[in-house]
Amino acid sequence: METSRYLLSILVDNEPGVLSRIAGLFSGRGFNIDSLSVATTDDPDVSRITMATTCDAQIIEQIKKQLHKLINVITVNDLTEKKYVERQLALVKVHAKPEKRAEILRIVDIFRCRVVDVGHAHYTVEISGDSGKHQAFLSLLKPMGIIEIASTGAIALAREMGK
Amino acid sequence: MKLTGAQILVKMIKAQGVDTIFGYPGGATIDIHDEIVRHDDLRHILVRHEQGAVHAADAYSRAHKTTGVALVTSGPGATNTVTGIASAHADSIPMVVFCGQVPTGLIGNDAFQEVDIVGITRPCTKHNYLVKDPDKLAATIQEAFYIARSGRPGPVLVDLPKDILQAEINFQMPEETRLRSYKPNYTPNKKQIAKVVQMVKDARRPVIFAGGGVISSRASEQITRLAQMARIPVTTSLMGLGAFPGTDPLWLGMLGMHGTFRANMSIGNCDLIIAVGVRFDDRVTGNISKFAPHAAIIQIDIDPTSIHKNIPVQCPIVGDCKTTLENILALMEKQNPAQLTVERDLWLDQIDQWKQTTPLKYDQKADIIKPQFVVEKLWEITKGQAIITTEVGQNQMWAAQYYHFDLPNHFITSGGLGVMGFGLPAAIGAKAACPDKLVVDVAGDGSIQMNIQELMTAVENCLDVKIVILNNRFLGMVRQWQEFFYNRAYACTNIENAPDFVKLAEAYGASGFRCTDPACVEDTLRKGLDTPGTVIMDFVVEREESVYPMVPAGGALTEMLLV
Repeated sequence: METSRYLLSILVDNEPGVLSRIAGLFSGRGFNIDSLSVATTDDPDVSRITMATTCDAQIIEQIKKQLHKLINVITVNDLTEKKYVERQLALVKVHAKPEKRAEILRIVDIFRCRVVDVGHAHYTVEISGDSGKHQAFLSLLKPMGIIEIASTGAIALAREMGK
Repeated sequence: MKLTGAQILVKMIKAQGVDTIFGYPGGATIDIHDEIVRHDDLRHILVRHEQGAVHAADAYSRAHKTTGVALVTSGPGATNTVTGIASAHADSIPMVVFCGQVPTGLIGNDAFQEVDIVGITRPCTKHNYLVKDPDKLAATIQEAFYIARSGRPGPVLVDLPKDILQAEINFQMPEETRLRSYKPNYTPNKKQIAKVVQMVKDARRPVIFAGGGVISSRASEQITRLAQMARIPVTTSLMGLGAFPGTDPLWLGMLGMHGTFRANMSIGNCDLIIAVGVRFDDRVTGNISKFAPHAAIIQIDIDPTSIHKNIPVQCPIVGDCKTTLENILALMEKQNPAQLTVERDLWLDQIDQWKQTTPLKYDQKADIIKPQFVVEKLWEITKGQAIITTEVGQNQMWAAQYYHFDLPNHFITSGGLGVMGFGLPAAIGAKAACPDKLVVDVAGDGSIQMNIQELMTAVENCLDVKIVILNNRFLGMVRQWQEFFYNRAYACTNIENAPDFVKLAEAYGASGFRCTDPACVEDTLRKGLDTPGTVIMDFVVEREESVYPMVPAGGALTEMLLV
């Protein structure tokens, strides 16, 4: 069957061990996690997990049902079925020799990123956007020499419709 | 009221209607055991190995239709329960396992007899807990029982650090358990019910396929009414045996790898399957792409993950089996009966023909006992009224095929996980739950040795279980596969070097009888069943007898090896 990328937004009890129940479910049943991001919500007893996975339509049905079966999972929302905004944050440390500095800053400007740390020979750039934007940005920075990258998983919220 | 954690535990277990627990003490549980013996209304059965406690609790649940409880110590006590928990998980049996744990201050320090049992059992429990706050102890215990019993039942483990058991706590009975993240759906969708009735009207060759879910939701009466109202033949999975009377004319026999010819042929040729409380396990479906090629499928299950998991279904219904069947029956009663049974005689005649040409059979000769003959005689003598537990392997399949179960909760076997060594402790648990019933463990000579130490538990507690060993001096099911698929190379399956089971019984204070002559099978069974106390009956049977029919793994159900 044809595979595609799914983005799940999962509300869970904010308790020890919940993440390992979810990770264990994926590893035990041979499901795949592309990215994962977890933090508490405005309710301190509830955490939101945003998870990206690549699979076929039958597997995503099983994943959603199996997640829902976990006692600590409150809701499972498949964002792929609706309109949503998605962001991913990354910090990119790139070689910045004097002759390249202007070009890097132009790229940073075009992508509406920010330089958050400067050294004699490097910039650290903060970028936020969906994964497509990240890929485009990194492909332009690559020739400059990327030193290292730290990236979060995707986070996303459904759009409020008709309001 | 100030109580210790151990006192609260005992109080909460009793509040759940549990009168018997199976346990084994250790350093981390001394406080609980010290408390339990002060309560005349809570019986503690001391097993001889923690695995036995869990299997006994499992069978206690199934026979008594309430929740079994096992109590073990930390570390090795806890790890010894894992097989039994995984078995109960695979078979959806409600059970609560309490484990002692090192004091909270030592957790994570690799202390003596410390193990992360919550981590270890996470994938094989329905849910589990480590209690770290004494004030949450009572509510957690109540929640554990609620989760174990509700929805699709399953085992729940509660890990209890020693300092929590010793803490003095202000006790208040917790309020009714309510969980925002767990609300099983019992009521079926009305539209789907109407669809079921229409599909039954449209069908010419329908089959009901019932499983363990029918037993656990106590819906065997509803299955029987449905079958009789629309004259639909019934097959079951191993876990569903007893959900429909094994002596009814509409009974097809068990389905699957060792199912009857007519059950497997019926599935291969039917145009409608009403699947109730089943999960389409690979042992039942055979080659999934060739399973029921002509059939539309209605699937009723309390657990949404069971639906569409292995097999696409045309009419899924999430709901309690009993409630759903009641809804279907209510709507069916309003229909013209003739419309529910169109061309049924043709279908039933076809099935009868399969039954006549290819019944379950074995050839009992004069010189050597056939294992099937022993089980069939056991069925005759006990009039089908005994609770039968089994070990795993050929003994299990012959018990399933030749003990024609008429009643639910009378066949107790490790179905999903297939645990050798299950039968004897399970028999003990069933006998503890139903002291007035005859309980028989149909065993093999291999698997009976896996938890043989529990003979002492049975004898000590006067839990009179009868053990029928079908003794072929082989690990028979593996030997059978070696015969069929490995060119008769019997690697590591010959277990001729065995204990004398009669002497072994006597060593434990039980009675033992041996039988080698087909003419004496009936006498030995009668003598063994009539002898008070725990009894081993050792039947020396044909060494290389195989279980037939057999669908080779990966084959279509209709492609069976027959005798």
